[in-house]
This record gives sequence, structure tokens and C-alpha cells, in this order.
Amino acid sequence: MSPARRRTINTDYLARVEGEGGMTVKIQEGRVADVKLRIYEPPRFFEAFLRGRAFTEAPDITARICGICPVAYQMSSVRAMERICGVEVGGQLRALRRLLYCGEWIESHALHVFMLHAPDFLGYESAVHMARDHPELVAKALELKKTGNEVMTVVGGREVHPVNVRVGGWYRAPRKRELAPLVEKLERAREIALEAVAVTAGLDFPDFDHDYELVCLSEPDEYPIDRGRIVSNRGLDIDVSEYDEHFVEEHVAWSNALHSRVRERGSYLCGPLARFALGYDRLSPLAREAADGAGLSPDERNPFRSIVVRSVELVYAADEALRLIAEYEEPEAPAVDCEPRAGVGHGCTEAPRGILWHRYEIDDEGTIVDARIIPPTSQNQRTIEEDLRGVVERSLDVPDEELTLLCEQAIRNYDPCISCATHFLTLEVERC
Amino acid sequence: MRVIGVGNAWRRDDAAGLEAARRLRGTLGQGAEVLEREGEPAGLIDTWEDADALWLIDAVSSGSPPGTTCRIDVSAEELPAELFRASTHHLGLAEAVELARALGRLPQRVVFYGIEGASFDVGQGLSPEVEAAVAEVAEAVRAEVEQCTSGS
Repeated sequence: MSPARRRTINTDYLARVEGEGGMTVKIQEGRVADVKLRIYEPPRFFEAFLRGRAFTEAPDITARICGICPVAYQMSSVRAMERICGVEVGGQLRALRRLLYCGEWIESHALHVFMLHAPDFLGYESAVHMARDHPELVAKALELKKTGNEVMTVVGGREVHPVNVRVGGWYRAPRKRELAPLVEKLERAREIALEAVAVTAGLDFPDFDHDYELVCLSEPDEYPIDRGRIVSNRGLDIDVSEYDEHFVEEHVAWSNALHSRVRERGSYLCGPLARFALGYDRLSPLAREAADGAGLSPDERNPFRSIVVRSVELVYAADEALRLIAEYEEPEAPAVDCEPRAGVGHGCTEAPRGILWHRYEIDDEGTIVDARIIPPTSQNQRTIEEDLRGVVERSLDVPDEELTLLCEQAIRNYDPCISCATHFLTLEVERC
Repeated sequence: MRVIGVGNAWRRDDAAGLEAARRLRGTLGQGAEVLEREGEPAGLIDTWEDADALWLIDAVSSGSPPGTTCRIDVSAEELPAELFRASTHHLGLAEAVELARALGRLPQRVVFYGIEGASFDVGQGLSPEVEAAVAEVAEAVRAEVEQCTSGS
């Protein structure tokens, strides 16, 4: 191709990303001149919608933001409200939250690993095309997803937007005998997840890595899911209430979503790769063994290998759910009383694709005065753009069509939930 | 026989399929079940796997004027994913149908009714054109199900 000729590749929309958005890559004189992720969703609708509502309504309203990670929204919002009320939900009430969250991780990761990301590696346009040649793989993915759904239904009351979560705990705690039928299914899910680790570890990965600042939650004795301090591999170690002192959100002209960065340093990565790197020693022995067998170490920095890390987290989520069910005792009361008082509270939990941070201000009657939500996809946005730049720079000689697919694959490394932050995704590669 | 209305109750016209199912509930004879679903593929496939005949109703976004309806005999042709471009559940109904077909988990007879939406923004309430189309589609599905029940 002549460098003087200008070429534009335009795929209709970037499929297989939850929600829709757009990406432009401009190549000029054999160099990457520009990379932009565009986001169109009317931003921050829900933050405005929350103002004036009762603090108890936050979990149900925020659960509607995303069809893939409603539990994450509920968990971050209840944590924030409980902190305002001065209540710590512990014991079995908290164990049930972790169990519900495991259901969401299983559902979300199963969808992404098998249906959205695997087709990229195996050379299929979509999961539908892949299903024609590999029906057994897709059938297993559906089985995993179904088990995730069932955990959500038994604990959360519904499979898509759980209705059982409330500030202070639950409307109703499940009986032990209701959880029992999940055991066999979760054991089977764990087997499928172990197979997924072996299968994904054998894929061909583009040669790419980057020295990211990795950000996730951290708790002393457990893999991060539902609570913890915010930590990074560059020494960050803060309470979730200190987020604003260390991170900043910036508006960029081409996107409706705000870009986040670490104030002193810049872009960062949150999600499975960060959790795995910083929480490896707190995985269950089985999940750690699976990771070791797949050749993963906490030093892994190839974002394309996130598909293997997600598979390891599938093993962990099934394993952890089984542990929580085995240790479950029916609580005396399904919830702790939460009396509202005027104040500001923060909640942060690990959505399948990374940390989801909420901040609320309520008045002394419990009415929400202000709400701010920072989803993981907007935190990863700068890093996605930087990865894309790096990937394109290494592949300038690759034909346009192949380059477009590689860019899409690089975006999907982040499992971006663009519906939380955007609406329409087109991918354009412009060569000038 | 099974009728499934698919949609998101919190995305305006995306709720058209749910509303059509609500209108049909209790109006069909025995042996015809009416369900409302949010479009999660694994759940959907489970929901229809053991049915002989299936009607699916969902909002579409194909660029036609709002309220336009379409009928696709899914037993005979593919359900195009492009219809659902503005869908909030990206691995959506078209993918669920085609995955089920590839896995041999699609009922023998499947008919899809689509209702072109005007707004898929966050919020509740259907646009007037969509409201009218919902009534029309519900009536068409009722007639088809009745015809099927009477054995013709």
C-alpha cells in the first residue's frame, strides 16, 4: 500500500462488546497518529436519576445500569450507603453477597471467554459461527452461564436483575436446603472452568505486553471481590473514600464518558489481569494450581492472555461459591437495621471487568443529594487506547482487514461494558 | 406452544416485546404458555428448548419508521442480528436463536415478530407508534396460536 494513499476501514459496529461504541485508529506516514475511543451514551443519566430518591432505592436503580453486571452495581451502592449509616454487614449476610457475586462472575466470564473472546482466537466471526464447528464448547459455555444464573436466582431472587439485595443485607435469606442443589452444578461448573483454563492456555497469543499500573481491591486473606482497600503495583494503598485524592476523571472531546487516570502517573488497568497479579497468593489452591499449569504467573502483562486469567477466575468463582455454600449457616435476621444520617459514603467492589466505584451524599432523612459512579470501562479507557496504539505500531504491515480484527480483539481484552458508559461502537482504521 | 416477549423494561421501546406478552397473557388457550424475558441467551434457550412451536416478540432497530412490524419465519430463515443493532443486551435474541439452531436446541416451528422502536433511551413508557404496533402484533400472534391450536 502506498503511504500517500489514504485508506479507511470502517466496520459497522464493534460486535461482541456489551453495549456499543466506536474506535478510530489513524495511521499517517507509517506511524500511528491517533487513537480514539468514542462513547455516545447520554452520560450520567443514572446519577441525575438517583438524586432525590431514597437511599434504600440505590441498589435497585443502579442494578438497571447494566444487564451484565447488576450485582456489582448493587454491591457498590449498598456498601456506600452502609458506610454512611455506620453499619458493617458481616458474617453470613456478607458471605451471601460474595456468593451472589460469584454467580455474576461465572455468568459474565463464561459469556466473555467462550462467546465473545474465544471466536477472535479461533478465527470465527462470532459465537454462532463457532458453534457450528465447536458445538461442545458453546454448550459448555451455556451450561456455565446457566449455573451462574441459578446462583443469582437462588440468592438474588431473579436471574438478571436480582431483587433480593437491600441496604443492610437481604429481604430474605435463603434456606440451607435451597442452596444445596447448587452444589452439584457448581462442581460441574468448576470442571468446565478447569477445561477452559487448559483450552485457552493453548491458544496463540499476539506478542504484546506493557508495564501497566495495575489497580484492584485488596483484602488480607481473600481474593478481591466485594470489599477491600484500593491498591496498585506502584505502591498505592488507600481506603475507597480516598479515591478522589489519587485518581482524576477528565473529559475528552471525542467521548461522552470520562477518562480516569492516577493523578501523579497516568493510565492504569483494572480487571482480571490486575486482580490476578496482585491477588495470586489469595486464590484457592485449585485455582492457583490451574494458573500454574497454564503457565501464568503474577508477572503476566500480556493483555491478550486475560482470556486465560478469566478462565482461572471462573475456577476460583466456582470454588469459592462451593466453599461459601459448605460453610453457610442461616442467619437469624436477613438484614441489619440501617438508619440514615446526613453524610457522604463510598463503595467499591470488583465487577467482573474491574473496580466499580460509587460515591453518595444523603441528607438526614435518607434522600440522595448527590451520586457519582465510575465504571471500570471508563477507568480502562485510556489503557485500551494505549494498547491499541501499541498493537497497531507492531503490526503496520498487516492488511487492513486483519488489523481491524486484531484491534477488536485488543479491545475485547478488557471485556468493556460500554453500555455502562456509552452507546454506539464503530471501528475505523484510517491510513493516510 | 410458547410465546416469549423479550425486552428491557427500563429502555423505553425496548419493552415492546414484554408489553405484547402482557397483552397476550390469559387470552390464549390451554397448552400455550406466555413468558416475559430479558433476553439473556442461556436462559432463553432453556426456556424454549422443550417447546414444539415458539413465537418470539422483541423490539427491533433496523432504521424503519417507528411502529413498523416485521414477521420472520425463523424455522426457514436466519434471524438477522442487524435487526437488533441498538439492543442493550449485545449477545441478544438473534444470537440466542442462531446458537440454539447450531446446537439443535431450537423448536421445530419458530416465528419472530419485530416491532421497530423509536427510543431505546433509559426510561419507561412506549412511544405511541410502538404502543399501537404492540396491539397489532399481539393480535397477529393470538390468531396464529389459535390456528395452530385448532390443528390446521
